[in-house]
Amino acid sequence: MFLNAFLLALREIRRNLMRSFLTILGIVIGVAAVITMVTLGHGTTQIVAGQISSLGSNLIIMRPGQRMGLGGSPRFRLADTEAIANQINGIRAVAPSVQNGATVIMGGKNWSSTVNGTTNSFFAVGNWEIVSGRKFSDDDEKSGRAVCVLGETVRQKLFGSANPVGSSLRVKNFSCEIIGLLESKGQSAMGMDQDDVVVMPIRTVQRRLTGDNDVTVILLSMKDGMDADQVMMQMRRLMRERRKLSENEEDNFNILDTKQIAQTLSVTIGTITNLLAAVAAVSLLVGGIGIMNIMLVSVTERTREIGIRLAIGALEHEVLLQFLTEAVALSAFGGLVGIVLAFVTCLALSALMQMPFIFDLGINLLAFTFSAMIGVLFGYMPARRAASLDPIKALRHE
Amino acid sequence: MNVSAKEKNLIEFHGITKTYGVGQAAFQALRGIGLAIRQGEFLAIMGPSGSGKSTAMNILGCLDTPSSGAFLFQGVHVEHLDRNQRALLRRNFLGFVFQGFNLLSRTSAQENVELPLLYRGEAAATRHHAAREALELVGLDGWEHRTPAELSGGQQQRVAIARAIVTHPLVLLADEPTGNLDSKRSHEIMELLVRLNREKNITVLMVTHEPDMAFYCSRVIHFVDGLIARDGRAHLHPTARDVPCS
Repeated sequence: MFLNAFLLALREIRRNLMRSFLTILGIVIGVAAVITMVTLGHGTTQIVAGQISSLGSNLIIMRPGQRMGLGGSPRFRLADTEAIANQINGIRAVAPSVQNGATVIMGGKNWSSTVNGTTNSFFAVGNWEIVSGRKFSDDDEKSGRAVCVLGETVRQKLFGSANPVGSSLRVKNFSCEIIGLLESKGQSAMGMDQDDVVVMPIRTVQRRLTGDNDVTVILLSMKDGMDADQVMMQMRRLMRERRKLSENEEDNFNILDTKQIAQTLSVTIGTITNLLAAVAAVSLLVGGIGIMNIMLVSVTERTREIGIRLAIGALEHEVLLQFLTEAVALSAFGGLVGIVLAFVTCLALSALMQMPFIFDLGINLLAFTFSAMIGVLFGYMPARRAASLDPIKALRHE
Repeated sequence: MNVSAKEKNLIEFHGITKTYGVGQAAFQALRGIGLAIRQGEFLAIMGPSGSGKSTAMNILGCLDTPSSGAFLFQGVHVEHLDRNQRALLRRNFLGFVFQGFNLLSRTSAQENVELPLLYRGEAAATRHHAAREALELVGLDGWEHRTPAELSGGQQQRVAIARAIVTHPLVLLADEPTGNLDSKRSHEIMELLVRLNREKNITVLMVTHEPDMAFYCSRVIHFVDGLIARDGRAHLHPTARDVPCS
C-alpha cells in the first residue's frame, strides 16, 4: 500500500516537474543553509582549537593591568620571573618577555618585524623547536649579547631559502648575529603570524631597544596534570604579596590560561554557529509553509482528479496517503538536494577560507529528518482536505 | 414477483428518496423510486434537468446515499455501507464514464487506464497487460503513450471507457457519454458500448438527453419531477415486469 502511494506520488511529482522544483526550493535552501552554517562553524572551531594548542600546552599568561589593557599599571621585573620559578610548584618553564617592533635589515633588504626579548625558557614554554643552529648560551643571556634566533617569516623575507645561521643582520643601530632558526608555526588564533619574530636575550632588548628594565609579559607552562586554577591562584597570591597590595586593592595584573582562552573562543564560535543555524532553520520553516501552500493549491487545482480517483474506487486513506506521500517525497527530496548543495558549498567555502572540511553526519541526518518531518507536518492538512472531498462535488468541480 | 426472479436482479431500488437541504430550503430530488435492473441490461435514463436522473445515477454509482429507502446491489444493502465500503464496491464492481471524459491530464492513455488497477494493488506487469488489452478492445492500440491533450474527444472517451472496463466491472455507469461529441463520434461510442454490453455482458446504465442515443438501449427510463414517469423496456423484454413506484 505504501509502495502504491509512493508510486502515485512520484507520478504526480513528475507530472508537475517545474512546480515541484520551485516548491522544494525553500527546503533545499533551508537545509543547505543549516548544514553549511554548522559545518563551517565546526571547521572554525577546529582551526581555533589547533591554533590554541600550538600556543603550548597548559600555558599561563600574566600581563600587567586589569583585564586585557596594559594601562598605566606597573610592569614586571626579571625578579618576578625568578620568584615565580622558585616559589610556585608544578611549573615546567617560566619566560619573561618584552616585545618591541623594529625594522631588521640584511644587505639591501629590510623587514618590519617584532623583536621579542626573552630567555631560553621561552622556547620550552611556547613549544618552539630550533630547526637549525642553537638556543642562547648562559653567556648570551647574562651579558646581553647581540645574538638572535629568527622566525621562519623573517628568514624568508631576508634570506629566501638560504640558511641564515652564522650571518648577521642589523636591528636599529646594532648588528646582531643569527645563531638559530625556529620551526614554522603559522597563524595564531588571533590571526597573527607567529613566525614573524626575532628572538633575542631579554637583556639585549632592554639595553639596546627599550632602554629600561621592564618585562611586559610573563609566560609559563605547567607540568602535565597540574591544575591551572591552583597554579594561577598561587601566582596571584605571590604577585599581590610582591606588589604589597592591600586587601581592598584590586589586582594590577591579570592571569589567563590557554584553556580559558580556548573555552571562551569555542563558546563564542558555538554561539555564533547556533545563531546562524537558527536563522537558517527559519528558512527551513518557511520552506515548509511553501510546501503546504503549494499542496493546498494543488488540492484545489486537482479537485476533479481527486473526484476521479474516488469514483474509481480510491479509499479515503489512500488519497490521504497519496497526498501526504507527495508532500513528504517533495520535502525529503528537497532535503537530499539541500544536503548535496551544502556539501558542494562547504567544499568550496572551506577551500576558499582555508579551513578543514569536517563532514558532520549528525547534522546532515538531522536536517534530512527535519525536512521529511516538515513534509508530514505541512502535508497533512492539504491531504486531509483532499481525502474528505465529496466525489460528486469533486467531479463537478471546474 | 417470485423469489427466484428477485434473486436475478443485479440492482434493486425500493422507495428511494433523496432530499437536499433542510427545513424550508429542503428539496426532494427523488420522491420514492422503485427499480429493478438485471445483469446484462442496457439502460438509458432520460428526463429534463432537475428531474432527479443525476441523483439516481449518483446513488446507482454508490457515490451518494439515499435519504430513505433500500438500495440493493447483488442483494447487499448499499444504503447501510459507509464511504469506504462504497468505494470498495465501486472499485470491484463498477466502472464510470463521464461526459467530460475526466482523464488525468499530462498522463498517458496507458497510465490512465492502469489507474483503477493501481488502487486494486495489481502488479505492474498485470496492470500493463490488462491496460493494453482494454485499450485494444476500445480500438486504441498504438495510442497508448499519447496524453489526453494529444487525443481527439472520441479517442479520449474511448480511453475513459477502457479505464472503466479494465477491472471487468459488472456495471458501467455512463453519464452523458456522448454529450461532448459530434454525432459521428457519438454513434461510434454507442456502438462500442453496445458491443461491450453484448460481448462482455456488462450492464450499462447511461444518462442521456439525446433520443438518438437512447435508441441503442434495451430499456429507457424517463424521470419527471423525482419520479419514474415511463419505463420502456416491455417491448424488448416482455417477460420482465416493472417494480411499481412506491
